[in-house]
Amino acid sequence: MKKPMRMREIVVLRVVSRVLMPYIMLFGLYVQFHGDFGPGGGFQAGVIFSAALILYGIIFGLDAVQRVFTPFAVELCMALGLLLYAGTGLVSFYKNMNYLDYDVFGSHGQHYGILLIEGGVGITVASTVLMIFYAFAGRWRVSQ
Amino acid sequence: MPFPTEVFLFLVLIATGFMVARATNLFAAAMLTGVFSLTSACLFTVMDAVDVAFTEAAVGGGFSTVLFLGALALTSRTEKKQPAKLYPFIIVLLTGIALIIGMINLKPYGDHNAPIHNHVTEKIKQKEWAAVKRSTRPDRQTATATPHDKAVGLPNIVTSILGSYRGYDTLGETGVIFTAGVGVMLLLMGRRRDDEEPGGAGSSEAPSHDQEPAPDELEPSGIANEPTAADVQTDEEPLS
Repeated sequence: MKKPMRMREIVVLRVVSRVLMPYIMLFGLYVQFHGDFGPGGGFQAGVIFSAALILYGIIFGLDAVQRVFTPFAVELCMALGLLLYAGTGLVSFYKNMNYLDYDVFGSHGQHYGILLIEGGVGITVASTVLMIFYAFAGRWRVSQ
Repeated sequence: MPFPTEVFLFLVLIATGFMVARATNLFAAAMLTGVFSLTSACLFTVMDAVDVAFTEAAVGGGFSTVLFLGALALTSRTEKKQPAKLYPFIIVLLTGIALIIGMINLKPYGDHNAPIHNHVTEKIKQKEWAAVKRSTRPDRQTATATPHDKAVGLPNIVTSILGSYRGYDTLGETGVIFTAGVGVMLLLMGRRRDDEEPGGAGSSEAPSHDQEPAPDELEPSGIANEPTAADVQTDEEPLS
């Protein structure tokens, strides 16, 4: 505390976080698409995926993350995921079926439908978690 | 022998809870809440609720701890000494007693006769298992599918129930998450947007009841501890 040291100057943190980050993101995608067969799903995958970015943001600073995932794009994704979910339900109206009836998508319709809505959940959760982190981390800079 | 494991985890959970309540060092308290979440994630895994454990570990152990640390960066590291009060203790005690009274009528843990195992869940489980067997082992065609036992057919029943049987609920949950994110943005990011985009749409929300801010002065002067735009640009350190 006496001598403030930036986290990106600590070699262990810098190297380990850089090495771990792609694997955390890969694991997030695995949880996302393996949710049909094992534990997991869009919600968990979204949190894990954004955890990688939050780790990066904590160590390398908010600007480094926001260069890749700009706040505007994250805002957009928040709404996009929810719209993807709600829009999946609208497709079934074309064939006079109930809202969110995945049988519109053919014989394996349930699989495709769940894949789509889990994608929507994942996008919304990941971007919302990232956005909350942005909101908090933006305040840290203010409080020096 | 699953029983001692659960008792052990419960004891760790209770001990961690007491330590969180007793800790005056807020950094330690934030870390202990992470320990609490991870312990409950272990407990959920032991209880075969892997999906719940997954969520608890990711959100409770990871993200909440980061948020606690973020809040901690805004305040001091130690809690102010406060005299022990009787009134909150009585409320906590009454709540605990109410919870224990509510628990009395529950079936014991792991009881197969519990209502949760005997109503819709059992029917859905049978239907889904039949569908999974049909799709994974087409050679062992024991029974052909009829329109009556139409099923989702995913090996993970939790995903089937969340995505298809309870699709509306999950849509609502996603909406709740979206709304929470929008709420946090409104609370924490509104003024920052003014800083970065002078003359933007949000500039009208600056509180101007007592005095009218000058056009070049973007920050309302009534709020202390709010730096100017220059401070925000230069100071980059995320965690001091």
